[in-house]
Amino acid sequence: MTQLAGRGSLRFLGHKAWRTAVRYLSMILLALLLFAVILLISGKDPIQSYKEILTSTLGSAYGFSEVLVAMIPMLLTALAVALPSRVGLINVGGEGQLYIGAALATWAALTFPHLPAPVLLPLMALLGMAGGALWAFVPGYLKAIGLVNETITTLLLNPVAPKLIGFLIFGFWHATMDTDKTAKFVDAARLPTFFGTRIHLGLGIGLVLLVLFWALMKYTRWGLEMRAIWQNSQSARRNGIPVKPYLIVMMCIGGAIAALAGMAQVSGFYGVLLLNFSTGLGFMGFLICWLAGGDPLGILLMSFVVSIIMTGGNLLQLTRDLPYAAINILLALTLFVVLAKPTLLRRERA
Amino acid sequence: MVQQVGPQTSQPPFIAMRGITKAFPGVLANDGVDLDVYNTEIHALLGENGAGKSTLVKILYGFYRADSGTILLNGKPISIQSPHDARAVRMGMVFQDFTLIPAFTVAENMALFLPDLGAVVDIDQINRRINDLSARYDLHVNPQAMVSQLSVGEQQKVEILKLLLSDARLLILDEPTRVLAPHEVQALFRVLVRLRNDGYAIILIAHKLKEVLDCADRITVLRGGRAAGTLLRAEASEADLVGMMFAKESAALQVTRQPGRERGPSLLELRGVEIRSQGAEPSLQAIDLEISSGEIVGVAGVSGNGQKELTELLLGIIPCARGKKLLFGSDVTNLSVRALRARGVGFIPENPLTMATAPFMTVLENMTVTQTRRYARWGGLRIDWPAVRQDVEEGLKRFGFSFSLYVPARSLSGGNLQRMVIVREMMHHPRLIIASYLTRGLDVQSTTAARQSLVQARDGGAGVLLISEDLEELFLLSDRLVVLFGGRIVGAFHPGEIDIYRVGQLMTGAEA
Repeated sequence: MTQLAGRGSLRFLGHKAWRTAVRYLSMILLALLLFAVILLISGKDPIQSYKEILTSTLGSAYGFSEVLVAMIPMLLTALAVALPSRVGLINVGGEGQLYIGAALATWAALTFPHLPAPVLLPLMALLGMAGGALWAFVPGYLKAIGLVNETITTLLLNPVAPKLIGFLIFGFWHATMDTDKTAKFVDAARLPTFFGTRIHLGLGIGLVLLVLFWALMKYTRWGLEMRAIWQNSQSARRNGIPVKPYLIVMMCIGGAIAALAGMAQVSGFYGVLLLNFSTGLGFMGFLICWLAGGDPLGILLMSFVVSIIMTGGNLLQLTRDLPYAAINILLALTLFVVLAKPTLLRRERA
Repeated sequence: MVQQVGPQTSQPPFIAMRGITKAFPGVLANDGVDLDVYNTEIHALLGENGAGKSTLVKILYGFYRADSGTILLNGKPISIQSPHDARAVRMGMVFQDFTLIPAFTVAENMALFLPDLGAVVDIDQINRRINDLSARYDLHVNPQAMVSQLSVGEQQKVEILKLLLSDARLLILDEPTRVLAPHEVQALFRVLVRLRNDGYAIILIAHKLKEVLDCADRITVLRGGRAAGTLLRAEASEADLVGMMFAKESAALQVTRQPGRERGPSLLELRGVEIRSQGAEPSLQAIDLEISSGEIVGVAGVSGNGQKELTELLLGIIPCARGKKLLFGSDVTNLSVRALRARGVGFIPENPLTMATAPFMTVLENMTVTQTRRYARWGGLRIDWPAVRQDVEEGLKRFGFSFSLYVPARSLSGGNLQRMVIVREMMHHPRLIIASYLTRGLDVQSTTAARQSLVQARDGGAGVLLISEDLEELFLLSDRLVVLFGGRIVGAFHPGEIDIYRVGQLMTGAEA
């Protein structure tokens, strides 16, 4: 009996993995095909452009390391969407949460420059995460008491955070010679980097969190309860699962992780808090999480692919005179294909 | 001039249904039902919930297709495949949940429904037609008003006007009084009588005896999917109708009672509990209820009289606005669902799929979600699946049920889903069991097994609150019986002290 059931589920798993692979591949292919049309219209050679994107990113150790660097905030902001999504919440507020995290981390870096790194870095991370959690608490709480949909509140809070950061930088934190950024962080406030590249500790944190997320959903009591809420919150409530606390806590954890992405950007990547330093990293995480369907492995793959496109696109902009907006078109096409997937792939399932 | 009413005329009936049979998975909703409806009559369909009234009229209106049986229009067989066909032969139906568009005005809603709506909508002309009809039948509504601004009673008028405007001759009203206040009910009946005098045929679905006797010309009683008989109003008495609605049947399960046994310690007590009403839902008022160890307390009532609210109140989902809730002697008025369940409360809800199941999780996972702490190991990092499996298999053996544990719960049939919930809620030997419509959707064998499990639990010292519309079930199992009507407990008895007819009267408000 047991063996039969086990074998059945194994076959089911194999089938599922195959289907997932087909799904991702067909999505990427379709998006590339559509983008090729756009490139042709703007007078560029699509095959040459794709080749250049690939060689510039995966063709050299440096290029590869830059892809990984670009991947770090995306991993984290995608996780910030994925965790709340497991109880049915849609967190579109990654961008704002990320700014708040960066701001509080910066405050710690500027206020306690004499602390040693093993104390200062965790302090920056914790403060940033607390800020992000608080920023996400507002939508989470309003959702839990049934007042406002979290999609709207998280989205509307997004433009508020950069304004707040602008106020802090212009008013208090700007360096003596600059108005739009703080002074450089002391070394103790910088996340360590590896192999002489710009890859910093954020990558390790992101990967560890991804594994933890996977294990949480697969093995733990909380994962089980979250899935029950996700699938039918009405029955979960009657079954004695505390739905409201879960909604609030998962939203806050999502906010904290997005804030961690902000902390990692200012501490690991820039070493300084720059006005408007994030151009849509939070939204990119949302896109990646949707592309991956909230699946941990999918998030890893998708953020890798998106990072290739982004870093390669940067290069195309320099060498091929391709407007950067074209890359946004490619990403938009990818999302479009993902949203169209139900009609594309239902036939395979049947 | 006095109108001739109904069947005395020599004409064939406007609509005749013959031998209508319709089965849903696990339920025979209609079993060879005949129904004649003549012009110039109000024909009431009376019966308990689940007796097959709604199914019958939905077949007539083309919403469902009958498995067998014929429909005759003026003596000639016709085929009604869809509501569109039904409207073509001038039938119209007012559903329990209205179909108006709230953001449109009354006139716009009517225009949408007109069969002869032109390319250019002449709202003024529609307004005139509405005003003519509403003056004639005393159905006053403002054609320019937004539907969202109208009360429920007014919306119902709009629904009826809509049918009249679209030239229907047979009006089907599915429990029209359910949403109305008493004075509105009277007004509705005056309208219906006027329509009947103008030659309309009207099918009125109801389960309140008084209303039926107030308004109908003829009454057909349905019971368990069959037509129990048709009476002229003049021939019908309350006692006859109640007798036809609730017939006694022999039951397979023999329940032993120990008369004269002392009542055990009190498990659950509600003292003067009230809840605030939420929209159209009934509120509960002045509920005093006690359940002791070793007894089954049955709650009789037509659904929609506060049963759902009572279970949600007990479970802690709806807060008490007033009063106290005591469980095992301590005050639990404000405790959460989890805390109550942890103290040993099992809950079998009325709808297993929407109220108890995570549809895409496996059956085994669903078995765990009420008791995640019990099976958690390493502080919650791991779940002891072998232990869950062992407990579930033991439970399955105890009840004699069997279904697959590794498929998504959604793929189980309705009956198996109910079995899953029963096993889950009973396998940890709860001290208090709240069961709503325990045997709905179960076949005879499983019904017996499910009932047996309640009796076993009772004999083991548990207290049971059993909510049901099935009076035979309540009389068979209950040690005490209360009747819920309009959110109040209108009677409390021992089953031996009272007969099924009197309970039927109480739950239909015949003597409220």
